[in-house]
Order: sequence, then structure tokens, then C-alpha cells
Amino acid sequence: MSLFLLKRLATLIGTLIGASVIVFLVLEILPGNAAQILMGPDASPDAVAALATKLGLDQPAWTRYWHWVGGLLTGNLGDSYAYGSPVLDLILERLALTVPLALMAMTLTTVLALVVGVTAAARHNRLGDVGLMGLAQVGIAIPNFWFAILLILVFSVKLQWFSAGGFEGWSEGVGAGVKSLLLPALSLAVVQAAILARITRSAVLEVLREDFVRTARAKGVSRRAVLWLHVLRNALIPVITVMGMQFSELLAGTIVVENVFYLPGLGRLIFQAISNRDLVVVRNCVMLLAALVVIVNFVVDVLYAVIDPRIKASDV
Amino acid sequence: MSAPPSSLTAVIGAPPPARPPGFWSRAWRHRSFAIGFVLTLLLVAAALLSLVWTPWSPYEMDMPAKLQSPTAAHWLGTDAFGRDVASLLLVGARASILVGVIAVGIGLVVGTALGLLAAARRGWVEEAVMRVCDFSMAFPAILSAIMLTAVFGAGIVNAIVAIGIYNIPTFARITRASANAVWSREYVAAARACGKGAFAITFQHVLPNISAVLIVQVTIRFAIAILAEAALSYLGLGTQPPQPSWGRMLSEAQTLMFQQPLLAVWPGLAIALAVLGLNLLGDGLRDLLDPRLARSR
Repeated sequence: MSLFLLKRLATLIGTLIGASVIVFLVLEILPGNAAQILMGPDASPDAVAALATKLGLDQPAWTRYWHWVGGLLTGNLGDSYAYGSPVLDLILERLALTVPLALMAMTLTTVLALVVGVTAAARHNRLGDVGLMGLAQVGIAIPNFWFAILLILVFSVKLQWFSAGGFEGWSEGVGAGVKSLLLPALSLAVVQAAILARITRSAVLEVLREDFVRTARAKGVSRRAVLWLHVLRNALIPVITVMGMQFSELLAGTIVVENVFYLPGLGRLIFQAISNRDLVVVRNCVMLLAALVVIVNFVVDVLYAVIDPRIKASDV
Repeated sequence: MSAPPSSLTAVIGAPPPARPPGFWSRAWRHRSFAIGFVLTLLLVAAALLSLVWTPWSPYEMDMPAKLQSPTAAHWLGTDAFGRDVASLLLVGARASILVGVIAVGIGLVVGTALGLLAAARRGWVEEAVMRVCDFSMAFPAILSAIMLTAVFGAGIVNAIVAIGIYNIPTFARITRASANAVWSREYVAAARACGKGAFAITFQHVLPNISAVLIVQVTIRFAIAILAEAALSYLGLGTQPPQPSWGRMLSEAQTLMFQQPLLAVWPGLAIALAVLGLNLLGDGLRDLLDPRLARSR
């Protein structure tokens, strides 16, 4: 177990370092003089030079890289050019919306996908299966932001059950917060659930052919118990793999969907930062999202080993 | 591939051996493939048609005729500037196809080359290629596009490059895995014994044998590229005005949902049908080209 974990941990750290180098190269080195970008083409050279010194841009690249990585580790991300406040505070404030949104979306995805996938597999090749998989095929093709717009059209414009966007903050109570995140989470979840439901169905069908399923049935375990306890657990490996990959899609999705619903989350912050040319904020937000993707994939790798102990043995 | 009963009787009854049914005759009987092929053909036809004809000019504004519901003159109505929505949709297909072809092309060429190299060289080369793929997997297309936009400004070229980069690791991984399987086959060992080099084996044996996998992947990644282009254009990071694009039409429609809700329906429907078509085509091709890859049904 420890060797397996160490190998995975080394990969995790290597990938994080690689990602940080890419982010640094693209957002710090590639733009050339960030001070010039910030002040615009008409600024006087003296003013640009003064700002460059103030921002530490006159130091060699590797010093700036170490300074940034050191800051990442200690939580000192510098100040936003546009807001003047610490980037860390800005990000933490926005995460209070983005993290619950992503978690709600992932929970909805999982529940929807498992129910649809297992139900379809249990009715293999019958009407329910064909219908559900047809729906899933359509669900995969729908862009999440269009689904979000359709949800707004139906539930906000026509039925007026929900507001068409915006977020009052958690101070209004958990119920109000969850209500304003429900449509965004649903629009993220439906598309991802469609993909995951197909994987779940295939995996469950695969496991249903195994001998132990027949043994369990012969022992007198009910069909439902076999399906939801024995089969589902054994079908989870491919499902979790795909869930790990979907998490990055989901994070990318939150960037778009937050913009559809005008939610003050990380996605909106990045967009405001781009239009403000606030490269410090963009760099740290992108690094945070990339790190989240990498860490979730690491957790998925470790989860495999917990679910299926054979993986450790074969991997080491 | 199992022969259908009709061809079996033909083999028994007729003296000349019946040829196995050709690709197209099998393909048309495959529901996913047939629907996907027709939808994809419609997408390409819409883009090609828009090059020579559209019902109205997609750039011509007609303010008195703005926000109309569908009529005989404007089949799908008009937008906030009085432009014909049907014409905008036809021209918008071009942006989707353009982005899809180039972005998937980048992913296919670079990714396949890297995957083939990794499989042919193994050792540290393979390790290095796969680790680089790991890094780039950390950046979904939107994240790459955000980085490129922050540096170079918004535009379709940045969107294409971002989606292309995002495609590279996918193609590299799939190519490497499939190519490794081919390299372990006996006929490759035989070719090596005959003195063929890694380069010749890669192009004469490995690449032809993994082409089915790659073709299937191209259709699926094409669908994902269309979705990504739409999302980026919706956010203002992709196709720029006045060039029509489905994603941007949706972002314009969103501000007019109370006045003309249908405007928010058509472009989304176009995207969904294009993506559905390509996905079904991919599913169909997977079953038809390589039965071993067929999903359990």
C-alpha cells in the first residue's frame, strides 16, 4: 500500500510542478511586460518601468517563479492589480459559491447516473432501457449552457419559480443559497449524468454476467439486493474513473454556467480578471483549477485501490 | 463479424462464394450510424450551402423587422438587429466545422505522432510523452482558452489552438495504448525479424491497424470541439462579431429571453443536433469498423 501511495504521490507532485511551470510560462513569460499590458500602450516608459519594479518584474524569471510557488505554498498570492486586495481573499470569497455548486452538481450527477444506469441495465434491451439510453444520448449532445438557458426560460421566465440568476450569499440562509444554486447545478449535472449513466449501464451489464451474481441469486438473495449491493459495487471502478475525468469537465462547466446565471463564483472572477487585464488573478485561479483537477485524479487513483485491492498488487 | 442468416443460405445455395456484405450495406442497417451520418451530412451541407446561398444576408441589419417570430419570409424569425435567424444558423455551421476540423486536426496529427513515438521507442521517451500528457490533462479546453485569451486577447484562432492542445493528450494516450497492442503482435515480431526498422513498422503495420480507433475518436472529439467552440463563443472568447456563431447567438439571445424566447432555442438546437449526429456516427463507426470495440448491448 505504501509503495503504491508513494508512486501516486510522486506523480501528483510532478504533475503539479509541471502544471505550475506551464501556467507560469504562459501567463508570466509569454505576455512579455505585464506592466505594459496593465497600463496600456499609451503609458510613458518611465511609468511602465516604475510599475515593473513595483511588481517585481525586473527580477529574473526563475526568481519570480520561486517567489510565486513559495507564495502558493504559504497562501501569499500577492495583490490583485485591479482590486488592490489580496488575491487569496478574492479567491476564498468566490470559492464559497463555486465549491458548493460543484459539489451539488457532482452529487446530482452521481445519483441521476446510478439510478438511470442501473435501471436501464436491469431492463436490458427492453423499452425502458432503449428509452433511457436514447435520452442519455440526447443529454450528452446538449451544451450545458444551453440547458441552463432553457431552465431559465421554463422555471424563471415562464413559471417564475426561481430567479433568473444572481446569488444573495449564504447570509440569507442555507435554503435560499441552495435554491439559487439548484438550476445551475442541475444544468451542469444533467449533461454529465447522461455520460455517466451510459458508463454505469455498460459496467453493470458486464458484472451481471459474472458467476457470483448467479451464486448470490441461487442463495436466495433478492434480485434488487443483488443489483444494488453486489453488482453496483463491482461495477464502480469504471464509473469512478469516468467521475474523476468528469470533475475537470464539471469545473470547466462551472466557469460557463456561473456566467449564464451571473453567479459571483470563481468563473466570474476569472472573466472579470481577463477584462481587467488582472494577470495575477488569472494566473492563480487557473493554477487553482488545474490543481483541483490533478488532485481529484489522484484521489480517484487511490480510491480504485480501496475499492479493488487487486490494483495495488498489480501496480507495484 | 458474424454473417447474417441470409448470406449464410446464399453461401450454401449458390456455387460462387457470396462476398461478405460491404461496409455501406452493413452501415445503413446500423441505426446509430444511419441517423448520425444523415445529421452530420446536414451539418456539412448547411455550411457548404451558406457559402453560395442564404435566404437573407446574415450581415444585413433591418431594424424595423427586429425580433420577429417565424414567418414565411423569415422561417425562424429575426434577431435583435432584424437579421434572419435561419441565415445566421447556416453561416454559423461554418464556424463550428472550421474549429472542429482544425482543432481535431491538431490533436490528431500531434497526438498520434507522440503516441506512435512513445509506442515505438518505449523507455524514457514513452515515460516523457505520457507525463507531458498528464500535465496537459490538467487544463480543460476552457482553461487553456482562458490563459491564451488573457495573453493574446479573444479570438477564434486562440479558441482553435486551445481546443487543439486539449485534444493532443487524448489522441496521444489512445494511440499509444492501441499501438502498444499492435507492437506485441506476432506479425510485427516477424517484420522485425525480416529486418524492418521501427519507422517502417510504424507506418506499414501499426498505423493502418489503429486507424479504426482513430477514426472513431475523430468523430467523438469533433463533437466535443463543437461544444467547446460554442461555449467559448458564448463566453465571448471564440468567434468574434460580425462572424455568426451558434454560441454567440445564444449569449445575445439570453438578454432577450423575455421579448423573444425562441431566439434562445434555435442555436442550441443546432448545436445539439450537430453533436448528437457526430456522437451517433462515432458509435456506429465503432461497431462497424471494429466489432471488438463495440459497446455491450
